[in-house]
Amino acid sequence: MLPTAKTISPPSEDKRWKIVDGMMRRHGHEPHALIEVLHTVQETFGFLTDDALKYVAVSLRVPYSKVYGVATFYHFFTMKPPGKHTCVVCTGTACHIKGASMLLNAVTEEAMIKPGETTANGNLSLLTARCLGSCGLAPAVVFDGQVAGKITTESIKRKVHAFLAEDELDSETLSVEEHK
Amino acid sequence: MNQDDLANIAAQTKQNDNRYDHVIKVCVAAGCLSANADQVKTQLESELKQRGLETCCKVKGVGCMGLCAAGPLVAADANEKMFREVTPADASALIDSVMDDKPAPPAIVMDPQLDFFTGQKKIVLENSGEIDPEKIEDYIAADGYEALFHVITKLKPLGVIEQVTKSGLRGRGGAGFPTGLKWTTVYKAGGTQKYVICNADEGDPGAFMDRSVLESDPHRVLEGMAIAAYAVGANKGFIYCRAEYPLAVKRLRIAIRQAESNGLLGMNIGDTHFDFKVEIRLGAGAFVCGEETALIGSIEGGRGTPRPRPPFPAQSGLWNAPTLINNVETFANIAPIIRRGGEWYASIGTDKSKGTKVFALAGRVNNTGLIEVPMGITLRDIIFKLGGGIPEGREFKAVQSGGPSGGCVPEQYLDIPVDYDSLASVGSIMGSGGMIVMDETSCMVDVAKFFMDFCMTESCGKCVPCRVGTTQMHNILERISEGKAGKKDLELLQRLTGMVKAASLCGLGQTAPNPTLTTLRYFMDEYRAHIEEGRCPAGICHPVKVEEEAEVGV
Repeated sequence: MLPTAKTISPPSEDKRWKIVDGMMRRHGHEPHALIEVLHTVQETFGFLTDDALKYVAVSLRVPYSKVYGVATFYHFFTMKPPGKHTCVVCTGTACHIKGASMLLNAVTEEAMIKPGETTANGNLSLLTARCLGSCGLAPAVVFDGQVAGKITTESIKRKVHAFLAEDELDSETLSVEEHK
Repeated sequence: MNQDDLANIAAQTKQNDNRYDHVIKVCVAAGCLSANADQVKTQLESELKQRGLETCCKVKGVGCMGLCAAGPLVAADANEKMFREVTPADASALIDSVMDDKPAPPAIVMDPQLDFFTGQKKIVLENSGEIDPEKIEDYIAADGYEALFHVITKLKPLGVIEQVTKSGLRGRGGAGFPTGLKWTTVYKAGGTQKYVICNADEGDPGAFMDRSVLESDPHRVLEGMAIAAYAVGANKGFIYCRAEYPLAVKRLRIAIRQAESNGLLGMNIGDTHFDFKVEIRLGAGAFVCGEETALIGSIEGGRGTPRPRPPFPAQSGLWNAPTLINNVETFANIAPIIRRGGEWYASIGTDKSKGTKVFALAGRVNNTGLIEVPMGITLRDIIFKLGGGIPEGREFKAVQSGGPSGGCVPEQYLDIPVDYDSLASVGSIMGSGGMIVMDETSCMVDVAKFFMDFCMTESCGKCVPCRVGTTQMHNILERISEGKAGKKDLELLQRLTGMVKAASLCGLGQTAPNPTLTTLRYFMDEYRAHIEEGRCPAGICHPVKVEEEAEVGV
C-alpha cells in the first residue's frame, strides 16, 4: 500500500514550478509518471537539481533513491547546468563513418572542452548524441536545437568560434543600439 | 463519427484539392527541414501570392520523399516533376517550371525515373511525401481509417487476427516474430485489462525508418494500433517514443488530438462499443529500452532494465497485464493488410519473409535516404541500383545491417536475397532496417570497436555477461586498434563472443558480439594487419607495433 500523497511546497518561489506541478496533477501524482515529470523538470529548468529530485520524489511517493536511480540511468537527463549554447555532435554509425570523431576533435581544439563539458565562461556545452536519425545528412550536428547536416571540421569550427565570441558581439550590438 | 461521415470528409477533401490546377509538395520531414525546407515553402507561398496564383496552385507540406541526401526535396502534381536541393532563391524558377512548363535550372532538376524511386514498392510509405502529416483529412482522403471502420463494424477479433496471420507479417523491430501469432497469444490471454504498446524507441544508430513514418504519416500508426487493440481486446495504448525525435512526438500529439476530436480514438469509436485511448511516453535515451521488457519497465516509471522471459509480455506485461508490443513499422503495415487482404500481402516477398521492408540507407553510398523494397531483393540491387553505388569511385567493402546487433556483410554475399533467414545465415540480422554502407576508407576493427563501445555504454548493467563481457571485448578491440594486442587476444576475443552471446539476459547482450564476430569472420586480414604488422589498412587507427607479444590479461 502506498502512502497517501503528501503536499509539500516547491523548493523555491520560482513560478516555473507551476508547470511541473501541472504535469504531476495531470498524471494524478501516480508514481509511474516519474519519467514524464523528470522530462518536464528538465525542459523547464534546463537540468535536474537535487532539490528538484527530492521534490518530485515526495510528490509522487517514490523513494528518493529510485528517483536518483532513474535520473542517472537515462542519458537524456542531465544534472549539470548546460551552457548558453549547446553543440551536440551525432556519433551514430553513419556519422561515425563520415568522420564525427574529427568534428569532436575540432571542437575540443577550438573550445578546449571535451564531450560533456562546458566552457569556463558558460558559453558553450559540447555533447554527443547516439543517433539523431538524420543519417541522410551525416555527419550531423545540433546547434542550439537546430539540426545541421553535412558538417565539416571547418564549418563546425566557424560556428563554435562564433558562439565563443558571442559576449563581445552582444556588447557590440548593445553599444550600437545605445548610440541610436 | 460513422462510416458516412468518414466518406464525406474524404470526398470533401478530394474536392477541395481538385480546385487547384497544380500542387507543389515540399518535404517537411526532419531531414529536409534541417536543410531549410520551411523557408523554401514560405518563399513558394509568397511568390504564388505575389503573382496572384494562390487559387490555382497549392503549396503543401508533406512527409519524407526518401532521398534525404538531396534535400530539400520538392515535387509537383503526381510527381511528374521533382526538384532537389531547392533554395528559397529557386522558388520563382520552380513555379515557372510547374505552371508554364519552362525548364528549371539543371542544378535543381531531379529525374523522377531514377532507379532510387522506380525500384521501390511502397506500402508502409505509400502516403509519405503525398499527404500533409498534420492534417487528418488528408489521411482520410487517402483511404485512412477505412480499415479501422471495416474491422470494428464487420469483423470479429479472430477475423482480424486471421487476416494478419494470413499476411505472413513478421515483426519489423528486428527479431521477426510472426505478428499473427503474437496477436493470438494476447487475444487468448485472460484478464479484463490489456494494453497495446507501440515501440518507437528507435535506438539503433543509423536507423531512421520509424522516425520518418511517424513524421510523415502518424495516423497510419494510430490506425494500426487501434485495429490491434480491437483484435486483442485492449482499450489502452502507449506509444513509447524517443525524446530525441521532437518532430515525430509533435506530429504524433497533433494526430492523437485530431483522431480524438473526430471520434476515431477515445470512447465509442465509430459509434460502436469499442474504446481505445492512446498516450505518448517519452524515452530518455537508453538503447536497452528497445527491448520489450525494459520498455515496459520504463513506461512504469522505472529504470529500463530487462527481466527474464517467460513470462512474455503477451501473458504478463505492463502492470502485469497481457500486453501486445509491436514496432512502428509493423503497425504501419496493418491498415493496408486489412484493406487489401492478408493474401495480397503474402503475395509480395519471399517464402518466409512476406511483404516489404523499409531501410534507412546511409554511409558511403550516393543516394542516402529511406527506401521501401520488397523482401527478397538483393543487397547489390539496394546498394548499387537504388543507392547509386559508392561515391568518388571508391571500392565497396561491407554493408552493416541491424545496427549494434547486426553484422557486416562483405562483397561475396551481395547477391543473397534480403530476408530474415538469408541475412541470419551470413551472421547478420535484418534488424530494424538501418543499412550502413562502408568503403575502403572504413577500418573494420574500428567499426567493431565502435559498436562494442556502443553496447558497453548502453549495457544496463543488470546481468554480468553483458556488463563485464562487453567491456572486456571493447578493451581487447581497443588494444588491437592501438597495435598493442597479441595473437592470444584474438583467441580470447573469440571465446568471449561465444560466452556473452550464450549467457546474456536480453537481446542487447546476446547480439552485442555480432559486429565483432562477422568482422572476425570476413575481415581477419585486417585484424592481422593491426596485430602482426602494426598497420591499419584503411588508415583510421594508428597502431604502434609492439615487438614483444603482449601479455593477455582480463
